[in-house]
Amino acid sequence: MKRRVVITGMGVVSPVGNDVETFWNNLKNGRSGIRPIDRFDTTGFATTIAGLVVDFNAEDFIDKKEARKMDRFVHYAIAASLQAIKNADLDINDEIAERVGVYIGSGIGGIETLCEQHDVLSEKGPRRVSPFFVPMIIGDMASGQVSILIGAKGPNSSPISACATGTNAIGDAYKIIERGAADVMVCGGSEAAVLPLPVAGFNSAKAMSTAFNDTPEKASRPFDKDRDGFVLSEGSGILVLEELEHAKKRGAKILAEVIGYGMSGDAYHITAPAPEGEGAARAMRDALRDAGIEANKIQYINAHGTGTGADVIETTAIKTVYGDHAYKLAVSSTKSMTGHLLGAAGAIEAIACVEAMRDSILPPTINLDNPDEGCDLDYVPNEARSADVDYCMSNSFGFGGHNATIILKKYTE
Amino acid sequence: MSVEILEKVKNIVVDRLGVEANDVTLEASFKEDLGADSLDVVELVMELEDEFDMEISDEDAEKINTVGDVVNYISSHK
Repeated sequence: MKRRVVITGMGVVSPVGNDVETFWNNLKNGRSGIRPIDRFDTTGFATTIAGLVVDFNAEDFIDKKEARKMDRFVHYAIAASLQAIKNADLDINDEIAERVGVYIGSGIGGIETLCEQHDVLSEKGPRRVSPFFVPMIIGDMASGQVSILIGAKGPNSSPISACATGTNAIGDAYKIIERGAADVMVCGGSEAAVLPLPVAGFNSAKAMSTAFNDTPEKASRPFDKDRDGFVLSEGSGILVLEELEHAKKRGAKILAEVIGYGMSGDAYHITAPAPEGEGAARAMRDALRDAGIEANKIQYINAHGTGTGADVIETTAIKTVYGDHAYKLAVSSTKSMTGHLLGAAGAIEAIACVEAMRDSILPPTINLDNPDEGCDLDYVPNEARSADVDYCMSNSFGFGGHNATIILKKYTE
Repeated sequence: MSVEILEKVKNIVVDRLGVEANDVTLEASFKEDLGADSLDVVELVMELEDEFDMEISDEDAEKINTVGDVVNYISSHK
């Protein structure tokens, strides 16, 4: 008999709120977190908007002296982790410490520090590069720092799979508990790449929206005819996963169950998805196989839906997997409101799925005024909708051809 | 010993290590009393080099244990 894995805590730092309640309240009310970039001078940039975290103070969560030695993506991860652990009411004492792991990924890692210290090297020479440079930029350091802070001595690592990272983190952590290597995993993703260099790079790759700089809240428009690229965002989503009996024994509040995880590789192109979304379809099928459920059980899919040409391909993949049922289930992209948090996207979207099941409300795809040709599913356009959801799927796909899918279920005995 | 040097060193140590000014005595050891690790000391030496416009060799930096060591070194090499 498989060990069952449940979600007992969640935390979030995002452009639509720095706690789960605010985050979910904004999603179900269709509020966008996209705004003009005010952190650097955007003169000359094709894109001047992003999903920015606001009203966030790292020192509310981390000692000032320690915070200085961490990149922003680690600040976000720590803030979300501490929220999630508090939400789980989890005491990581000596008795359980070795059975508690951390598995937090980042698509890009500490690029703010990398850019700053590169400037130091250029301007002042090698003897002035910070001794904290390496431990600040490496993408595994969210897992490292969170484990140090909370005293988690179990499995510790970090996935990196670009925009699939957050979903891979949850899926891998679920499997770590399932196979008995840990009883609790603090997992998710974190990203802080709204900076001149990545914005310029994504613009050069023609991946980001450029036509809505004057109306930022309209810029992220998955599945819409006028979409013109994704909107870069930042933040972190963290979940506490726990083996069911462990959670029950300590009387934890169970928010949802993780029942399936699938992944695949496109083996096709560095940035473009495989034709017809065949890789995405294989990840979804693999997750259904892992969950041991029929496809027609799924009532809601939180799509990868970035607002690029790939939205049609994901739609095709959903139809390939679900057949006629594709037209009966609901699909939405919460990126229409949050923008694209890259390596943290899958994690905050899993949180949206859990809240959708708990609240019986499907979050909308905003800015869906005219669905594009080939985008003919029920995307919950523009307004949230009441619906009882017992099973939902969340998709994430990353540059490199990484496809990851998880299936979450409303918890029942 | 220059009071001015001590005050400047104290300010840097308080800022970088997040300790109370009262704890930054001449006898205080960076690692044992002020909570610094080896990377903190490297960073501190860089700050001191900038502040006092001097170069502290790695060999000399390794001999620095206490706040007094720093003040003496700067006083004698300035």
